[in-house]
Amino acid sequence: MSGLSTYEPKSGLTRWLDKRLPIIRLAHDSFVAYPTPRNLNYFWTFGAMLSLCLVVQIVTGIVLAMHYTPHVDHAFASVQRIDRDVPFGWLIQNIHSVGASMFFLAVYIHMFRGLYYGSYKAPREVLWILGCIIYLLMVVTGFLGYTLPWGQMSFWGATVITNILGAVPFVGESIQVWIRGGGSIDQPTLSRFFSLHYLLPFVIAGVVALHVWALHEAGQNNPAGVDVKSKADTVPFTPYATIKDLFAVILFVILFATFVFFMPNALGHADNYIPANPLQTPPEIVPEWYLLPFYAILRAFDFNIGPIDSKLAGVIGMFASIAVLFVLPWIDTSRVRSMRYRPIARQFFLIFVVACLILGWCGGQNPGLILAKPADFSATLTWVSGGEVRSEQFTAPSEGEYEEFAQAQRDRLAEQGATMTSITRENARTATITGVFGGTQSTETVTGATPDAMEEAITHAKEEVGSGAAFFSVERRSPYTFTVTTLSQIATFYYFFFFLVLLPLLGLREKPGRVPDTIAKPVLTEQGAA
Amino acid sequence: MLRALTAAAAAAIAIVGVAFAAAEAEHPQDYPFSFDSPVGNYDMAAVQRGFQVYNQVCAACHAMEHLSYRHLGEEGGPFALYRVRDHETGEMTMQIGKPEHGGTFVDVVDNPYVRAIAEEAIISDIDPNSGQLTDRPGRISDRFRQPFPNEIAARASNGGAYPVDLSVITAARHGGADYIRSLLMGYSGEVNGTLYENRYFPGGWLAMPAPLGEGVVAYNDPEVPQTVEQYATDVAYFLQWASDPHMEERKRMGIVVLAFLVVLAGLMYLAYKQVWRGESH
Amino acid sequence: MAEPAANAHQGDDTTRRDFIFIAAGAASAVGVAATVWPFIDQMNPAADTRALSTTEVDLSAVVLGQQIKVMWQGKPVFVRHRTADEIGRAQRDDFATLKDPQSDAERLVQEDGAAGRPEWIVLQASCTHLGCVPTFVEGSSFGGWFCPCHGSDYDTSGRIRRGPAPANLPPAPYVYLNETSIRIG
Repeated sequence: MSGLSTYEPKSGLTRWLDKRLPIIRLAHDSFVAYPTPRNLNYFWTFGAMLSLCLVVQIVTGIVLAMHYTPHVDHAFASVQRIDRDVPFGWLIQNIHSVGASMFFLAVYIHMFRGLYYGSYKAPREVLWILGCIIYLLMVVTGFLGYTLPWGQMSFWGATVITNILGAVPFVGESIQVWIRGGGSIDQPTLSRFFSLHYLLPFVIAGVVALHVWALHEAGQNNPAGVDVKSKADTVPFTPYATIKDLFAVILFVILFATFVFFMPNALGHADNYIPANPLQTPPEIVPEWYLLPFYAILRAFDFNIGPIDSKLAGVIGMFASIAVLFVLPWIDTSRVRSMRYRPIARQFFLIFVVACLILGWCGGQNPGLILAKPADFSATLTWVSGGEVRSEQFTAPSEGEYEEFAQAQRDRLAEQGATMTSITRENARTATITGVFGGTQSTETVTGATPDAMEEAITHAKEEVGSGAAFFSVERRSPYTFTVTTLSQIATFYYFFFFLVLLPLLGLREKPGRVPDTIAKPVLTEQGAA
Repeated sequence: MLRALTAAAAAAIAIVGVAFAAAEAEHPQDYPFSFDSPVGNYDMAAVQRGFQVYNQVCAACHAMEHLSYRHLGEEGGPFALYRVRDHETGEMTMQIGKPEHGGTFVDVVDNPYVRAIAEEAIISDIDPNSGQLTDRPGRISDRFRQPFPNEIAARASNGGAYPVDLSVITAARHGGADYIRSLLMGYSGEVNGTLYENRYFPGGWLAMPAPLGEGVVAYNDPEVPQTVEQYATDVAYFLQWASDPHMEERKRMGIVVLAFLVVLAGLMYLAYKQVWRGESH
Repeated sequence: MAEPAANAHQGDDTTRRDFIFIAAGAASAVGVAATVWPFIDQMNPAADTRALSTTEVDLSAVVLGQQIKVMWQGKPVFVRHRTADEIGRAQRDDFATLKDPQSDAERLVQEDGAAGRPEWIVLQASCTHLGCVPTFVEGSSFGGWFCPCHGSDYDTSGRIRRGPAPANLPPAPYVYLNETSIRIG
């Protein structure tokens, strides 16, 4: 702890205890006398909310485990029993499922706050990395927990995510089978996911203790991003920070309660109310909202990169997007912590937040959904009405020469006066060429907003002409389309560009604003001006 | 800056709603169900009629394996029984449904209506003496009678299609009760082999023939029309109740909790201001 | 809640300040207490457990001088077909010195209040001492049940006669459905 302890045991009992287990001293130094920068804003209250979330999830989770049955035949029914028959089961189950979303909402704001105010920079690197570990553990715990109700989304989400591991070269399949305990998601998977889902929150609690320890060692960052220099910069944690945290936590609980009591299913997916069915995949598989940005990054890689196929690239991209956070303290070169005094970086940060939101949106959409296109899909149909149709078979001298030979046949018929020709290949060397001689040639162009609509228009046009024409030639033209995948590619690019290029470069090139010397100074001047 | 971030967080929540709103079939009709609003309760008369429709029509093919007969008479159920004291005579009378004020809930074990409903059902069970399968009248603790012993039998009797379990159907379908109601009213009459055209069903064709017709269920209340629309609405009410039986309790508690939290937030804000007065920050 | 740093505001302010802190503290305490209740109540029997089914017993399968054990709400219940000798003993002992005085006829009363039949007795099969299942021992001191755990002796009406158990074996609620069958619960 920074500085000397100011705790003075007052009664005989506390003096006695203090000599043997200075636990009251520890609590006093950490949560009462602990000096807190006086300029902390409401973004610094999310730590308290997250502590609340962890406690709520653990308590409700322990309760649910008393009533839940981790068996493929009974899991879904046991959750139904909790919702219907267990006293207050519906309430506790709603709190737990909404609580997961609230936990992630709070952790994201907490993380963005850390990014904006440079809370990851020296001397808080370890604090930041511990936070990243907590976040990773949360993601894993959330994923494991989502499997337990054994609905369709549980089952297929688990299938898809464990398949992701199969992308790892050489050992992927072994890891996948090892995690699942078999070739597919089944009873062994459910049993171990339940066990681990119960275990991990306590691991999180352990890392949170380290996180708080590291926080108290390095001291809290603050919106100005300057170090605490004197007592004038700080106020004691209790009552100043405590009461502010309490107030903010109650506001957070209001949001929490609104979901629990009035829209408990708004953050979930309807398909998870259908019991898991290994024989049928739901029409669309989406993870819970808090994992959508990573899902979008995973799907953004629809192209192979050299020897890395698109599946592996997506997996690498997804893991890299979290891994980059771990090295962030060393890739941001700026000496100024708070973006409040970094006018250019602040703009890019805002774009970064938007990019993350866009990724979240893309993750929930059909990746092929067309967002914009310069023109419709179109096709030109050419056909000849009337005329004489002649067919003949030909055989190319060898398979290699087929293309060349076929073209020669076309040319020959054209020379003979054919208006249109068509070749139907029968095998490697043999084909039938059909030509129309005479008649009148017509063309028509059809359009459609989507490829399907265009195909429909083509079929329709063909039907109209009907048997009047021997055959059609169709030339399809696809405009450039801007799809959800394109958008997520742009956002993914920006995500990495921000961390790997902008932050290192801006730190070296940007001219920061005037950073105050102490925390107290601007606070007191503002006060004076007001 | 702070404002921007807050707005961003709000947008993040809004996105979720957008992300899950994909549907190809016609959008279900928006019917003003009594439970739609944040304070809305169930129209219990409609839930009761809906149970009648389920029991006489749907239950021939569709199970509701997570519901027991006793659920009908538990607090918040459509046949919950209350003991009410008459103001003038002072006599105690029994009444189905929660009275305006007063009234004590009668445990479902002593609820003759629910017992009668259960006893009408023929439940397959193991005979305690012979150990063989036997039929017996239902008890309130029994699950709703299953029309088929297993999925294979259900498919075999329905041309390969599986009549889904209806216990949580309104939660399991986009559109919820609106979807159920629209689907039951959405048949065009076109038949293609064993498929029936329905404009609200994803894909347009489903294996279930139109289950409802004018007058197929005889309601006790002569005021209520016996039309497909009324049946569909009532059964949607019932299925919504079945999916979310604690909704009324949940909303009631929610209002109290929120009111309390708002007061507490106010007090906490005053305390916060009080603590920080005189401290610049 | 600790005092905030002392400042210039004194007097009336102190009252106002204390009021706010006490109100906020009290409201928080109420909130916490109200939140705790659902977490306690959830461990009480769930609705499906409370509404567990009744059990029907076919008496024709129980021969004279024998008993069967049936499960009712997860607990064992004795249904005993008593011999004339047992009935006689039970009725005679109505006037003996009993730890938990009750007549044999009272113990046979059906759930609906109608009198039972002396040849059939329906008892919950857990010793009132610590819940073991007593065994019917022919020729035991009181001719009835004996608990192997701590040696409580019950007579042919299931009344406690000797040993650490404080009360009689409680009768299970039952009614005759017809001549040869009863429903428990």
